Amino acid sequence: MRKRWLKIPAAWVTPLGVIGAVIAVVWVGIAFTARLWVPFDPLGQDLPRLQAPGIDTLMGTDALGRDIFSRLMTGASVTIPLALMLVLMSLVVGTLIGAIAGYFGKWVDELLMRLTDLVMAFPTVILAMVVAAALGPSLFNAVIAAFVVSWPQYARMTRSIVLGLRTQNYVMAGRLMGFSPFKTLRVDVAPNVVGPILVLASLDVGTAILLLSGLSFLGLGAQPPTPEWGSMISAAIQNFDSWWIGLFPGLAILTVVMAFNFVGDSLRDIFDPTSQVSRAGARS
Amino acid sequence: MSELLEVSDLVIEYHGASVVRAVDEVSLTIAPGEVLALVGESGCGKSSLARAVVGMEKPRAGSVTYRGSEVPLLGVRRRRAQFTSIQMVFQDPNSSLNPRIRVGQQIAEGIRAAVERGDEGSQPEEWLDRVGLPTEMVSRYAHELSGGQRQRVAIARALAARPSLLVADEPISALDASSQASVADMMRRLALDAGAGLLFISHDLAIVRLIADRTVVMYRGMIVESGVSDRIWNDPVHPYTRALISAIPEPDGKGNLPAAPAAEAPEEWRSRLPEALDRT
Amino acid sequence: MIDDSTTAGTDTASTPGVPVLTVDALTIGIGSRNNVKSIVKGISLSLTPGRIQGLAGESGSGKTVTSLAMLGLLPSNAVVGGSIRLGDTELVGMSHRQLNDIRGRRIAMIFQDPSSSLHPQLMVGTQLTDHVKRHLKLSTKQARAHAIELLERVRVPNPDEALSRYPHQFSGGQRQRIAIAIALACDPVVLLADEPTTALDVTVQAGILHLLRDLADERQLAVLLVTHDLGVMSAIADDIAVMRHGEVVESAPRQAIFSTPQHAYTRELLSSLPGAEGFQEATQ
Repeated sequence: MRKRWLKIPAAWVTPLGVIGAVIAVVWVGIAFTARLWVPFDPLGQDLPRLQAPGIDTLMGTDALGRDIFSRLMTGASVTIPLALMLVLMSLVVGTLIGAIAGYFGKWVDELLMRLTDLVMAFPTVILAMVVAAALGPSLFNAVIAAFVVSWPQYARMTRSIVLGLRTQNYVMAGRLMGFSPFKTLRVDVAPNVVGPILVLASLDVGTAILLLSGLSFLGLGAQPPTPEWGSMISAAIQNFDSWWIGLFPGLAILTVVMAFNFVGDSLRDIFDPTSQVSRAGARS
Repeated sequence: MSELLEVSDLVIEYHGASVVRAVDEVSLTIAPGEVLALVGESGCGKSSLARAVVGMEKPRAGSVTYRGSEVPLLGVRRRRAQFTSIQMVFQDPNSSLNPRIRVGQQIAEGIRAAVERGDEGSQPEEWLDRVGLPTEMVSRYAHELSGGQRQRVAIARALAARPSLLVADEPISALDASSQASVADMMRRLALDAGAGLLFISHDLAIVRLIADRTVVMYRGMIVESGVSDRIWNDPVHPYTRALISAIPEPDGKGNLPAAPAAEAPEEWRSRLPEALDRT
Repeated sequence: MIDDSTTAGTDTASTPGVPVLTVDALTIGIGSRNNVKSIVKGISLSLTPGRIQGLAGESGSGKTVTSLAMLGLLPSNAVVGGSIRLGDTELVGMSHRQLNDIRGRRIAMIFQDPSSSLHPQLMVGTQLTDHVKRHLKLSTKQARAHAIELLERVRVPNPDEALSRYPHQFSGGQRQRIAIAIALACDPVVLLADEPTTALDVTVQAGILHLLRDLADERQLAVLLVTHDLGVMSAIADDIAVMRHGEVVESAPRQAIFSTPQHAYTRELLSSLPGAEGFQEATQ
């Protein structure tokens, strides 16, 4: 059993999955170490303003004379951990609620799912505005707003999987053999939920980064002078001819989102054992 | 005779837009070492009855008693050890096995159930061998097997739990024609070797008559005819049983068309004939 | 009844004893260019008016693919070789347009699951008359009369009422009768029946077998009966071809297949039947 997890599955060998994983790991690495090695203080305004990319300032400087390279790298440590945290929170809460609804069914299911529907009816950006208006605009409040609307998709997916599994013959066979509810969940249900949920989560990291940057771009998230990618792009609008101010944060967002999407896609292949068969060209 | 399983006046209803009575006051018994076949066409209630026997269906009325105690509903809670000696083989081999666990480990779960009950342990390989599969298959996953092999694994897993009562719900209908008879025969042999009772549900009377000691014919939720298999096959009394048997095309190459009922579901099929029950 | 000569075209008059559809050295492979999986490996068959040609074999033997090839209904990555001739017309390599004209009008097909071959949201009458109107260019009134006639022929009770009901309001057996009526609507010369009774109860199956036999006799239909059920074969097939792994291993009149099987595989199939001599042997 354990061997299967150690062995590198064939799907990992797909070039996009590998590229995505490498880029994602590099960005996460940057996010956690950037503050230690960036050449300039990301908040320091002591360089010439609007300097084009060159030898001292790799990506130029912005309108306040701050080094964009340093701000970009530090920005990773603002957005990426928050996005990961957001996804983790949504995953834990959503999966739990979905599993409870699916496993117990009846009125529990009805109650939890109506709650989910209610929450899903909110448009994210408007909700974020409401939260910003109530609690004041800050990156943390943006995360709260994003969390409120993003857990239901995990709940829905988990519920539908658990609901389908509950009547599967092998789940029944296990129960007839005297499996405890915990063992049924661990042996027969969880392994079949983990895959789809991890796929969803890894695809969701990209979405979360887009969402947080988007909210910051609108001024509902990170506040100046925090070096956040969305707000950096937003600042670029005022200096349109200094292309480097907006380009590099934009590229950063693009690469991170794409990387996580590639990882998500190849995870999908790994967690579906039947898809490996179809890769080998066998038709069933 | 002390009965292993006793179903008495069982009623199962489904409540939807209207109430559907799937099983209508059915009674039957199975003794240890006996093969009882439950035969009928789609929608006759035979699967509902099978599910009620193992506790997957809640009876509306009547009772299912296993070794003198009522079979509890298979709820969220853990099944007590005294009832893990009731095992089931399902119709669809594709959903019978957990796709993410190796075959050997799934059979081992059956063995564990037997051990926990105080029965003797065994190795998954033994069971694979007994159902006619190579022992190397312990390390395979379900999707690497054919439908027929999956069903054999499901049978091995159920037998590994050393059941005293094995319920098989259309275990052969998803298999290729050439293996149906042999799998049915294998189930009979293995169940009898273990001294277990076998409740074998099928729509195929031709196969059932070869493996079942007694046969129960169901139509629209009711038992219309029951008794010794050969007796029913050679001399059916109830009009439905007659229609059922004469509709089976004989594979003799003579080009005889089987008799078709004059109408779909004639009224006489629903009649109750006391002389058609418990025939010896 | 609509006259044969005016509706069914003139190029293939069905003369008893002369094959109307000939399959010669048919090969079918499915897959991409460098990875073609051979499914049918050179089979030859001929269908004669008034006769039922059985095609027996286990799942995966290629019997269904063979019948689909006669209708040009193979997936787009299928590679077809050899020849399928309907009268003087070669069907292999024909364009979709031309095939469309032949499908349903000259060659009709019925499937295992009648509920999936009928449109669930259209009334039976609509499904029957649309077909007739399009291919035979009849007026609505004529088409309706023709539809009633067809339903009477396949012994659907109260054909008048049946026209304005939906497929789910009929039993499985009645649905298969309706599917047969639709197949017959344009007076085809060839009827392909792929496991037509497998999904039906045995008492219902008997009725459908009677119907197929009668239709073959009175309409001089050439029928291809694909089934794994040797009982069904024995009841209505005139000639039987036994397929295995994409090849016809034995082909002979019905009586000969059952009484003096030549090929080992045919003998194996026969001995696996319940009650057959040697059955006990086969199970040991």
